[in-house]
This record gives sequence, structure tokens and C-alpha cells, in this order.
Amino acid sequence: MTSGTGGDIRLMKGNEALAEAALRAGMQAYFGYPITPQSEVLEYLALHAPQHPGTVVLQAESEIAAINMVFGAAGAGARAMITSSGPGISLMQEGLSYMACAQLPALVVNVQRGGPGLGTIQPSQGDYQQAVKGGGHGDYRLIVLAPASVQELVDHVFLGFQLAERYRNPAMILADGALGQMMEKVALPPIGSLAHSTPPWATTGKPKDRPRNVVLSVYIQSERMERQNLVLQEKYRALRETEVRCEQLGMEEADIALVAFGLSARICQKAMDLAREKGIRVGLFRPITLYPFPTAALARAASTVQAFLTVEMNAGQMVEDVRLAVEGRRPVEFTGRMGGMIPSPDEVLAKIEEMAARLRSRARS
Amino acid sequence: MTPDVTPEGMEVVFRRPASLVDVPTHYCPGCGHGVVHRALAEAIDALGIQATTVGVAPVGCAVFAYDYLDIDMQQAPHGRASAVAAGVKRVLPDRMVFSYQGDGDLAAIGTGETIHVANRGDNILMIFVNNGIYGMTGGQMAPTTPLGMKTTTTPFGREPATAGHPLRITDLVATLPGTCYVTRHAVHTVAAARRLEKAIERAFRLQAEKRGTCFIEIVSACPSGWKMTPREAAAWLDEHMLAHYPLGDLKAPPP
Amino acid sequence: MTHGLITVSTELCKGCELCVGACPQACLGLSPSFNARGYRFIALTAATCTGCAACAIVCPDAAITVLRRVRKPRAA
Repeated sequence: MTSGTGGDIRLMKGNEALAEAALRAGMQAYFGYPITPQSEVLEYLALHAPQHPGTVVLQAESEIAAINMVFGAAGAGARAMITSSGPGISLMQEGLSYMACAQLPALVVNVQRGGPGLGTIQPSQGDYQQAVKGGGHGDYRLIVLAPASVQELVDHVFLGFQLAERYRNPAMILADGALGQMMEKVALPPIGSLAHSTPPWATTGKPKDRPRNVVLSVYIQSERMERQNLVLQEKYRALRETEVRCEQLGMEEADIALVAFGLSARICQKAMDLAREKGIRVGLFRPITLYPFPTAALARAASTVQAFLTVEMNAGQMVEDVRLAVEGRRPVEFTGRMGGMIPSPDEVLAKIEEMAARLRSRARS
Repeated sequence: MTPDVTPEGMEVVFRRPASLVDVPTHYCPGCGHGVVHRALAEAIDALGIQATTVGVAPVGCAVFAYDYLDIDMQQAPHGRASAVAAGVKRVLPDRMVFSYQGDGDLAAIGTGETIHVANRGDNILMIFVNNGIYGMTGGQMAPTTPLGMKTTTTPFGREPATAGHPLRITDLVATLPGTCYVTRHAVHTVAAARRLEKAIERAFRLQAEKRGTCFIEIVSACPSGWKMTPREAAAWLDEHMLAHYPLGDLKAPPP
Repeated sequence: MTHGLITVSTELCKGCELCVGACPQACLGLSPSFNARGYRFIALTAATCTGCAACAIVCPDAAITVLRRVRKPRAA
């Protein structure tokens, strides 16, 4: 996986880098709808797709229409992508549930904004649980990636398509409005570096030498429906075993572990530096795959770390998964802001100092 | 199952089409879907496009259409078959693509997708089976249910004050410039069923010529929902449905 | 010898009788027998079939195959 190595180096806005990465990753079809803070993705693709002949870019009439077009295109064997923000992602849930059951690959990007409801256009991480717990009806999961830089956003486009196609499951990049709007240096992989071939199960027209291909998610007999569910569950088990990704900074010597993803992780990195200057031993545990969640790695960290502080731009969503991983062995605390507010490194530092003080007094007693 | 041995001196003049899978269907006795499926399969065979056709099935009685048509198919979320078909067509522009929907799928929950596929002139065929009722879920009102008709959700008869008027969605679709062929048919008589097969063939030819969206409505009987025998339902369709949904071309290119 | 003949896929037929209504010869009717799904299936009730195929065309189950006497070429 490329990460700043070679290739085209540019200063780009997140949304535009995402779009350019999709074109270079061999995306064949994009169906979207304008919504702040990600409309630039659709606009960039509308402008640049003609330079990639055969690439379909269409502004649909709604996110419902768009996700269903993705369903059709993916079922026909194409590499398809869709991007949106919270309210639009909510509209797509039925489509995503169908796609997971029908085992269709596609890349979905949620450039999160403050919610709930129409909310605000400022960044947030309030859609974490919607993303990692399936979001739509029934027993399924999305593969969820959480980039923390524009470079990682670009890399996750390639990784997202790969994982979606390898496991025949929709993959989601859970980004946020700040990442979508910020400008950073990126190295773009060359066009054509992610090969694509039409899968044998795609509905491309039934030749004489094979039975008809049917893309469906309905098995009216419960015994058959359960078997389909077992197929999906086995897939998720394989994902949990093989595809977990996380980053750990200074965790070996840490008393307090900050747990954060995406933008929150960058804020925590600064807070960690400030805390270390004050002599507090702080580490940072950054999940990169939110599903599959790095449960085992966090559980291992609980052997050496004294306490965890989860930092999110929501009311406390990932903290529940952290608590599940830690299984009550260490205290797990939370700090965060909601509704489009971004926590500052100083706010996080204040919480770290509070926790450090409690740990010291507990050690003395 | 055609006869293994043709009696001497006789020849087969009508058999079920090859693209129609030889299995019993789950449709109720007298349901129009079966004739529509057969007409569709006949058109596919006549044009030799079994290997290049992709269909999209709805949510509704025809959800299992993929069990009966021997072509690659997808089964779409409720109301969205035309959008799914549009997605297929965008990535496979040289295949024959059709969506197949009932009145709830196309004219209730899917109205937005129906209008916008036609407005974009997406180069697909939309097949619309209109029986004025929701069959699969047990006989509730549809947007196309005639006034006064009793259904499980209009037990005293459909009243415009609460439930509005029957929706002639096909007439709305015909006004959109992206459409090239918009036509209304039936399957309750020999002549009507024959005309439908020709209409489907014509629609696929127009698709091959990239002329825009084709839309075929089939006014059909639902004996179970209407609580009639199949023959009573065919007569009732003739007397009551066709007055509101008249047969014929609403829009057609010059032959 | 009858001009036309139909054969019925009895396991596909649902006894809906739309063919009975369509037949111009009135030579179709429900047989007394049932198929595996519990439907009484259609059968010829007279030898007056002309092979017009009206029954097969209106049949929702495509359960009818129609045969017709082969026309002998006229002598020159």
C-alpha cells in the first residue's frame, strides 16, 4: 500500500484527492448527490472523468436513487463508489443492507458532519455506530476505514476497493468534513495500479455455457436465509482475523492510553506531546479499521496501560467498543465534543491531567 | 413440456419459449404476470438476445421473476428497480436492460426513480404491471386502485377525499422528452397478448438504436386481490379498469 | 382426424380456466384429476380443436403446446 512513496506529489484538498484517487484506482462508476461537506467529490469527478474514458459519473436525483444505481453497477461487475454525508448515508441504509446480503462490493465514503437531523456542516464523528454496527436492517457489517490525513484518505480509496472486492462486501471510509476540506501534501499512485476483472458472478448477460447469474438478497425459506447469514458471518470472522489495522504510538511506556480515530487522533497526538512535556506517560492507540475493530490489540494494551481515554467528536460511540475490548480490566473514560465542535488539544490535556492525578492518588492509597 | 413424440402429420405451432424456465410459478391462478413473463421470453427469443439481456426484478409478486426468466437478473429494493436498471445500463451500455415492476414499486415508493429514469432518457425498458392493488402483501390499496374499489386498506371503497385519485403514472411519463415509446397494453385477450409481445420486441429494438426510455404498462388482473375467479377478473378488467387506463400508444416513434 | 391438438403440462396448469373462456371451439374443460399442487388441470373435452392457439396465448402458465395438421402442398 502506497503511503507517500513515489508517484505524483500534489497539494490537494481532501475531497478532491479522494476523487482523484478513485479515478486512479480504476473506479468505473460513481453515483452521487450534492451534500455539504463533500459536494466537491461529485464536481471534481464530473470535470475530470472525461479524461478517463468509460468512467461513469452521474448526479442522481437522490441518495436513494444513487445507492441503487451503485447496486446495479456493482451487480453488473463494475467497480463503483458513492460519497455522501450523514443525512444521505441514512437514506442509503436499505441499499447497503441489500448489498451486504447480495455480497456486492462497493466503496462508500461518509464525510461526516454534525448531527443528528440536518445538524450542521461542521465536522463530526457522530456516525461511528451507524457505520460499524451495520447501519441498516439485519445482521451485517460494513468494512470501515478511518483515515486521519489526506494521504491516508487516498490510500484508503485503494484499500477500500481491494477489501470490498476481496470479501464481496461494501466498504466505507469514515472521514469527516475537516478532512474533506483541508489541504495537505499527497502522493498519488499511478493510474491502473489496481487491476480489475469482471467477477464470474456478475450479471453481464447469460451466455450458453453457464447458468444464469442472479444477484439477490431474498431467501424466503428461513433455513436458506440462515445459511446465507452464516456465509456472511464467516466472512466477518475472516475479516476480524486478517484485516485489522491500527497504529500505536508510545504505548509500551504509557500509563494513560488515548484511543481516537481520524481527526480526533491528530488532536490527541498534540495532546500527547503536551502531556509528555509535563511528565505524564501518554500513548496513542489509533484504530484504522473501525470494523474489524482492533479488539485484541486493545485487550493486550490493557495489560500494561493503567487507564484509557477515548476522545471522539460525538457523544461517546467508539468508547463502548473500547470498553468491550478492555473488559473492565482498566478504567475507560471519555471526552469529546458534539454537533460540529472540535475538541482542542488543551481540552484533552486537561482531561489527561485529571486522570493522571486520580491514578497518582490511587497509587498512594 | 413439449410432447416427446409429435403425432404423425402434425406440427407444433405454439410452444412455451425457451427463455421461460420450465417450472411451476408461484403466481395465483389467472394472474397476469405469467402472460407478461411469457411475452417477454418470446420477445427475447425472437430477437436472439438471451445472452445479452439483464433484467431487474421488483419487490412484489414478481420478486421471484428470476426463477422464471432464464437471463441474468438482479432483485432490487422496493421501488428502485428502474434505478438499479439504470445503473446496470450505464456500465453495460450495449446490453438490453429492463426493469419489471408492479404498481406499488413503480407508482408509489418508486415514483421518484420512475420519473427521473424517464427524464434522463436512460436507455432501458420499464415494464409496469398495473393491477390496481398490492398483491404480494395481501390486497391493500395501490395508487392505481380505481375509485370506489374495496381493498384491505379501503374497506369502504376508495374515496378521493382521503386517498386521492387513481394515478395515471404512464401519462406523466409520456410527457417527458427522454422517453421514445410509452404504451399501454393488456393480456386478458389473445389479441392483447399478441400486441404486447410485439410491443416488447419493438422496445428492445429501440433500445438497440439508443432512442431513450421505453415504457410499457400492462393492465392486469389480480383475481386473489380482487376476490374474483380468473374469468370474472378478466371481465371486470375489461369493464372497469380499461376505462381509466385505456390501451394504446401514448407516445411512439414513426414505424 | 382432428385438425388441431393441444397437450397440457398438467403440473404447470392451475385450472384458472382462462383458456376455456378463450377457446372458440368450446372444447376445453377442467379434468376431474388433480396435479401434485392440488389444481384440477385442463383437458380437451371434444375432438374439435382447430389448433388456433388462443388457449396457449392467454394461458398464464404457458402450460399448453399447440399442434396443427401439416398442410399438404397442393398438386401442381
